[in-house]
Amino acid sequence: MNRKTISLTVIIIICMGALAALFVLDPEAPGAIGRIFASNILSMLKILPFVFILIALFDVWVNREIIERHLGEEGGAVSFLWAVLLGGTTVGPMIVCLPVAAALYKKGARLTVIFTYIAASTVVRVPMTLFESSYLGVKFTIIRYAVSLPLIIGTSVLMGRGLQKKNYEIKE
Amino acid sequence: MEFIILSSLTAVLLLISFLKDRKKSMKALKMAGKRLLKIVPMILIMVILIAIILYYFPPDVMSRYLGGENRWLAMLSATVLGTIALIPGFIAFPLGGVLRDSGVPYMVIAAFTSSLMMVGLLTLPVEKQYLGMKVSLLRNLVSFVIALTVAVVTGICYGEIF
Repeated sequence: MNRKTISLTVIIIICMGALAALFVLDPEAPGAIGRIFASNILSMLKILPFVFILIALFDVWVNREIIERHLGEEGGAVSFLWAVLLGGTTVGPMIVCLPVAAALYKKGARLTVIFTYIAASTVVRVPMTLFESSYLGVKFTIIRYAVSLPLIIGTSVLMGRGLQKKNYEIKE
Repeated sequence: MEFIILSSLTAVLLLISFLKDRKKSMKALKMAGKRLLKIVPMILIMVILIAIILYYFPPDVMSRYLGGENRWLAMLSATVLGTIALIPGFIAFPLGGVLRDSGVPYMVIAAFTSSLMMVGLLTLPVEKQYLGMKVSLLRNLVSFVIALTVAVVTGICYGEIF
């Protein structure tokens, strides 16, 4: 058994133990938690299989050259615009952007652009933004964009460059 | 809504793919299944954590922690709360509207919604599978600082600090 399976087993045992303790302390908890769990898992199942199929289709059909040209080393500053647009139109929970990032990386996108994409998908989601400005005002949204966007691009460039030197790789 | 768009888009593209090349499409489907199965254990752990946290801290209980007297302290706790909470945007923003109407400063709301979206402690089990633990922690730390910065600038722009 490798380290990964051992740590996974330990985590699962701890979770089970915690749940058993909950059952004794608060008999209502497991049922309620189970219901929240079920509804959350359901919403994941409604999104994730499609996401993974789309990523696999991208993998077999999209030419590596195209990604390299636009998001790779030769992409220039426009790559970051693509990364922000791609991030803004990503749907579903935050974790969806991770397998997408891994697929882009495999096709030759550079690290600075990938970190920008991940950050953008947590900051500039278009549907969420519409919601935000209708409840909290357009000014609120503009401030958030104006502060976050330069910061996420700046920090992504720093992180990407630093990690590239260390031969860092994103796992599939 | 998202589901309808996503599922029909997938269906159409998959159909086109199969018409063009059956073998390649089968390969893609197998690849998708394999990758999905690989990440499922971590997703299970994540959802269990979410369910436990949501049970003990439902959104309306959380909002009680955001209305404190000291706005700097409230801002900081809002950022911390945002990192462990996982509330979808369509609940978080109306909640933000309610908070504002009950007198919570904009900077506190900005701290909460920004860190809610950008930082995710509960998603770490999934994130580390792709980025590795060190880089995931680094990304979340950087996002935490950015969320705080957004909150401070929001406070300045709404005249809540000066």
